[in-house]
Amino acid sequence: MNSTAASTAGTERTPHRVGLLDRFLMQGGIVITFLVIAVVATALIEPRFLNRLNLINMMRNFSFLLIPSLAQMLVMTAGGFDLSVGAVVAIASVVTATVMLVGSGYFPDAGVLLILLSLAAVVGVGVLVGSVNAWLVASFSLSPFMVTLAMMSVLVGIALYFTQGIPIYGVTDTFVSGVGRGQLLGLPVVLWVALAVLAGCIVLQRFTALGRHIYAVGSDERSARLSGVRTGRTLMAAYVLAGVLAALTGFLMTSRLGAGHATIGTTLALETIAAAVIGGVSLRGGVGRAEHVALAALFLAVVANAMNLVQVDSKYQTLVLGAVLIVALAIERLLLRRRQA
Amino acid sequence: MLEVTGFTKAFQGVVALDNVDFSLERGEVHALLGENGAGKSTLINLIAGTFPWTEGSCRIGGRPVASLTPQAARENGIAAVFQEFSLVPDLTVLDNLFLGREQSGGFFLKRRQMRQAAVDLLDDLGFHVPLDEKVAFLSRAQKQMVEIAKALRTRPEVLILDEPTASLTDGEAEKLFSAMAVLKGRGVGIIYVSHRMAEIRKLSDRVTVLRGGKKIGTVATAEISDDDLIEMMVGRPVEQLFPKIEQKPGEVRLEVRNLTTADGSVIDASFVARAGEVVGLAGLVGCGRSELCRAVFGLEAVESGTIRLGDKVVERPSPPAMLAANLCYFPADRGSEGLAVMRPARENATMSALRLPSLAAGPVLKFWRENEVIRAPLTELALRPMAPERRVSAFSGGNQQKVMLARGLMKPFDVYLFDEPTVGIDVGAKADVYNLIKRLVEGGACVVVSTSELPELVNLASRIYVMHEGRVVAELGENERSEQQILSHYFGGKA
Repeated sequence: MNSTAASTAGTERTPHRVGLLDRFLMQGGIVITFLVIAVVATALIEPRFLNRLNLINMMRNFSFLLIPSLAQMLVMTAGGFDLSVGAVVAIASVVTATVMLVGSGYFPDAGVLLILLSLAAVVGVGVLVGSVNAWLVASFSLSPFMVTLAMMSVLVGIALYFTQGIPIYGVTDTFVSGVGRGQLLGLPVVLWVALAVLAGCIVLQRFTALGRHIYAVGSDERSARLSGVRTGRTLMAAYVLAGVLAALTGFLMTSRLGAGHATIGTTLALETIAAAVIGGVSLRGGVGRAEHVALAALFLAVVANAMNLVQVDSKYQTLVLGAVLIVALAIERLLLRRRQA
Repeated sequence: MLEVTGFTKAFQGVVALDNVDFSLERGEVHALLGENGAGKSTLINLIAGTFPWTEGSCRIGGRPVASLTPQAARENGIAAVFQEFSLVPDLTVLDNLFLGREQSGGFFLKRRQMRQAAVDLLDDLGFHVPLDEKVAFLSRAQKQMVEIAKALRTRPEVLILDEPTASLTDGEAEKLFSAMAVLKGRGVGIIYVSHRMAEIRKLSDRVTVLRGGKKIGTVATAEISDDDLIEMMVGRPVEQLFPKIEQKPGEVRLEVRNLTTADGSVIDASFVARAGEVVGLAGLVGCGRSELCRAVFGLEAVESGTIRLGDKVVERPSPPAMLAANLCYFPADRGSEGLAVMRPARENATMSALRLPSLAAGPVLKFWRENEVIRAPLTELALRPMAPERRVSAFSGGNQQKVMLARGLMKPFDVYLFDEPTVGIDVGAKADVYNLIKRLVEGGACVVVSTSELPELVNLASRIYVMHEGRVVAELGENERSEQQILSHYFGGKA
């Protein structure tokens, strides 16, 4: 055997043939198709969709969905679930506003310092929640579903108790104008943040050992452990990253709302799982890519925006979201099944 | 180089390994032999660090080692290839080869460097596996090759091979043997677990025989006969491994005509099987014989062709319909297709019999009769330990197989399809399986056995169909079924 024989070994004897259409479907083609259809249909039905202000608004909402969806993706590809994302968003919002309110008593004119202080506090919250989640899941072999469901309940309870359900005002003006409403190169600041997070996730998944270990642990934890992967640490990293990203979402949403709310993020557990699954993340772990999740989140953001534009009652919006989720998953499954036959 | 003394392992009070000494020299192939449940798996798992030992001591390269984890074992130069793979299905072959041992510069992976190393490694071994394919899409033989390559990537000094040839074709096994010879030359010590006597004879320098968790003895391979080894292993002199089966071919029970599956794994295949005979399906791994069995049972989509059971043509084969029509199929992959391993043996044995009058009273199960109903089949198959309430995953491979086979004894079937009935099970359990086949056939049933074990084909089957690339290429009758003749058709040649 010489090395030329070996280099062809990589391409020969592929057990299943992959056609162009199949490759397209596998590589997120289904999500792209959904997205294109949603954009074209919305633009045709409601030309205001293409209005610059509307697009910027939609992009902001997209960012608020994208970041926690990437958090959800990280945990799901590691073989878990994070139902506590929405609750972390809520508590992060409360923490952000509280730090700013209290801090402004000490440093009345230091807006940037307050922003950094609250960001640090919020990241701490994310790390704490994520590591508790991971510790319970990894050390006690508890079901991630139950751990994060319980965590959600605990966090919502804390946030509501602390605020008594009343929004916390007193958020620094610089925060609202510079981050929440701010723009950079004509695009919302929060969108830039979300895109940076997306880029980070893509790099993590493709080019780092940690990313590969997350896939490995999610796909087959036993095999990963036998291969020398430190599975506990890997889970810890995935949950902590997810906690931090969820907390960051709460921080950014507070800058948009101008107040800390204990009641935001309640629907995010469903929405982020929806975005992740439409984006091809497997419910059983091991499969899923950040860029596809981003497309799915954009798709959901377009659908939500379209419903707002044509003034669908908010009561019906969750109904539509559920229906869209079911239809999208069914179509995806049908196409993939035909591919395998 | 490796020396363990007094190794003992108890699982929740049950002693699986009792005071066993074992040593491995540099450049030695040391075979481990024993029936299922003899403690071979326990011993190699202890050495590989999968779980800690209860008592005993271990020295590696002269240094005492207090305990081992998988990582620590690897750092001490021990690599293991288990029957249950440590491959992650959703990652590619390349990613799997380097899993847990990624080469990275700082934060980022050195992907080009890893690819080149992987190509060199597979080339060195002479294995052909597509590097960018997800492991989930590989055949079992390919997975086996990846697993071996992965173990060798860390340049181990001690290599544990657990039944490495169970799913390899003879050609692939030869490649493995030559790779082993190279490693041996480099001073690597190899612990080799196999049920195949010919391999042990050909490859090993010493053999250690275990039985019932105890060490029976260690002998130089050259100084002992096969019969003596088997006697050490089973604790009694071997009668003939293969029983003499009285075959009285009668009416045609199963007739498959021009069958082609939708995925093209079986093309235009025809065969007949009669009552009172064993029909063998031969061929390389991946030649389509498994798929043919699966298609008959309704597990593969059929594109064209007919399946006739008795005098009825089956229009739409599906597992419930085939079971109702008295055809029983035993899958090759008992773990993922045959058994619910988290459930007790009892439930697994009765799984497809819950509608039979012996167990069902309308929608209600006669649960009080369940134990009675399974006793006879499990006793006949000699389940060890006879513990029907134990979950299936706690049994050894051969006994898991028996639980699955018991399912086919819940009622008399007309046709039995066995796909690789003895893969990964020991000599004692094999004999139990062969005796079961004998009883079924002599009771007038029709048995079809798809297997990669040539001795099984020669000794059990009255007629043999050889398959190659999805087609039936030869039918061999009573007087032409020698191993050489079967092999001559393996590669599609018309000998």
